[in-house]
Amino acid sequence: MSATILEQIPGLGDDTRRLHAPVRLALLALTVLVSLLLFAVTPLQGQADFVVFVVVAFAVVQTATSFALEGRRHALDRLLSLGVHLALLAAVVPLVSVLSYTVYKGVKKLDGQFLTHNLTGLGPLDTNGGEYHAIIGTLEQVLMATAIAVPLGLLVAIYITEYGTGWLVSAVRFVIDVMTGIPSIVAGLFIFAFWVIGLHRGYSGLAAAFSLTILMLPVVVRSSEEMIKLVPAELREASYALGLPKWKTILRVVLPTASAGITTGAMLAVARVTGETAPLLLTSFITPATNTDPLSGKQAAIPTFIFSQIGLGRPVNYDRAWAAALTLIALVLVLYISARLLTRRNTLSRR
Amino acid sequence: MTSTTEAPSGLSGGLGPRRRVGDRVFTALTTGAGLLVLALIVAIGVFLLTKAIPAVRKDSTSFFTTKLWQPDNTPPVFGIAALVFGTLLSSVIALVVAGPIAIGIALYISDYAPRRLAAPIGYLVDLLAAVPSVVYGLWGLLFLAPHSDKFQQFLSDHLGFIPLFDLGKNGVVGRSVLIASLVLAIMILPIVAAISREIFLQVPAANREAALALGATKLEMIRLAVLPYSRSGVVGALMLGLGRALGETIAVALVLSLAPTTSFHIIDANIGGNTIAANIASQYQAAEPLGQRALIASGLVLFVITFAVNGLARYVVSRSSRRGIA
Repeated sequence: MSATILEQIPGLGDDTRRLHAPVRLALLALTVLVSLLLFAVTPLQGQADFVVFVVVAFAVVQTATSFALEGRRHALDRLLSLGVHLALLAAVVPLVSVLSYTVYKGVKKLDGQFLTHNLTGLGPLDTNGGEYHAIIGTLEQVLMATAIAVPLGLLVAIYITEYGTGWLVSAVRFVIDVMTGIPSIVAGLFIFAFWVIGLHRGYSGLAAAFSLTILMLPVVVRSSEEMIKLVPAELREASYALGLPKWKTILRVVLPTASAGITTGAMLAVARVTGETAPLLLTSFITPATNTDPLSGKQAAIPTFIFSQIGLGRPVNYDRAWAAALTLIALVLVLYISARLLTRRNTLSRR
Repeated sequence: MTSTTEAPSGLSGGLGPRRRVGDRVFTALTTGAGLLVLALIVAIGVFLLTKAIPAVRKDSTSFFTTKLWQPDNTPPVFGIAALVFGTLLSSVIALVVAGPIAIGIALYISDYAPRRLAAPIGYLVDLLAAVPSVVYGLWGLLFLAPHSDKFQQFLSDHLGFIPLFDLGKNGVVGRSVLIASLVLAIMILPIVAAISREIFLQVPAANREAALALGATKLEMIRLAVLPYSRSGVVGALMLGLGRALGETIAVALVLSLAPTTSFHIIDANIGGNTIAANIASQYQAAEPLGQRALIASGLVLFVITFAVNGLARYVVSRSSRRGIA
């Protein structure tokens, strides 16, 4: 930012000995041309190889030219600049690849039939059947987890910011920190050890919801805590001055003011757990049948549906897995993007 | 800051008993929620222990040094040595790959991106974290692994003298530890990038401007003004990424289908390696009661490892952000 200002000051640097953008573009074009030639006449081949070759060659060529023209300092500077741009590319390429390949593979099987049928009564080679039972399971489990984790997380956040004193609040904060780092499979193992075999309740959608709650809770607490802290002190003071007791101040003044941020945090937490697979394997298990009762019996979910289909390993199973992956990604991204848009609107209105 | 504003207790107390009841109920409710969280974490530890200890007692060999995982054999033989090794190996490779890239992305957003693009690009990178791990597993298994044969062959041909890339007489099989680690690297990129970015943005503009005013290039500015200021924060971010990689289950379980071993040959899918978390996911369905409890014991070990790594990471990050405010 400030670099551009400095570069604009005339006479600050020796302008003629700089590697300007047009020159660098020309260098890139030259590198591509020479590489094309090399790939045509030598045993080098392959599209991916070509891209890698061009990138490496350009890095060498630009650094060498810059070294000769501008000196060592600027040569290294240009190398770092190229490096951070490539780093960004290294993140965007997999993202685009995962999303586009899933769409490409997923649309083949994703139709009304797939969305409205389950997997009962099918032979291993049948190509019909669908993920209806898994969609029902995911919706029920995530809704239950949200219904438990959001109010509980909000109460914990209020406790931490408004009521907590002394070692107890530090302990609660510490535990929330620890919970943030719990691997999802461990959350599943706990509910399995505690609920499924400990209390002999067996597999159920509710058990799955419990394990998802453990994963959601720290996210909800953290984001709500941040948002509650952002509420200006003047609002509280005004409320106290009007004679409202503390609990009413929190319910009527603090929470409504922070509500947009809290909602965003909750939606991000929901988006995160919707795609969780590992804990569900241990708590709601896998079933081909539709089970609308979340309180008892095995229940399918979209992530475990994908996992079990991959495990079966036939082309038809892969097709089903891709189609289900597409619905799962769509579901998660809709949640994620609407949460982000909500924050955006929120910050805009604050300005 | 605002949380220090206390309700004047004399006032609300003086306005009648009904309001005090409301306050008391609300205090009890929120304190109860706080205590519930404490109870939950204790319960997690206790229940995992009570299921794990009897299983470990029934192990005919030493739980911590055995490399095999056959808890349902008679006599039961299982240990976490190879699983811990595989977990650490794949996570460390993932971190070595993802670390520099994530720091590069963070630098791009904090120092290189046009100001208007910085936030959208941040969201874009965050989107990587929104993709479910089972989808990464599916993509790793059916897209990345089949398309990586040439790359792995290249590594083995040209860098095979390094034990890591030694294939021996075996042919390339796509689903190697290296591919699983690359998938892990993609999955931990967003968290490391996001935290590093926040830390780089905390560096006061005055530091950057001072370096530039002295005629520093951007590289020198970053080395002199940005990195010294944020070093421990970035270390913390890397360790949080490591913690995430250690616990990742499904993506690894889908890409790998191997027996636990302690081998450094990361592209040789015939000898393999497996992680604690992935082992739980893949063994669990077929496990007998003892096998299930043995898996719980391995999960407890994973919990302890991630707890230690995350705890250390948070300590480092909090120390650096405290210094950042000062």
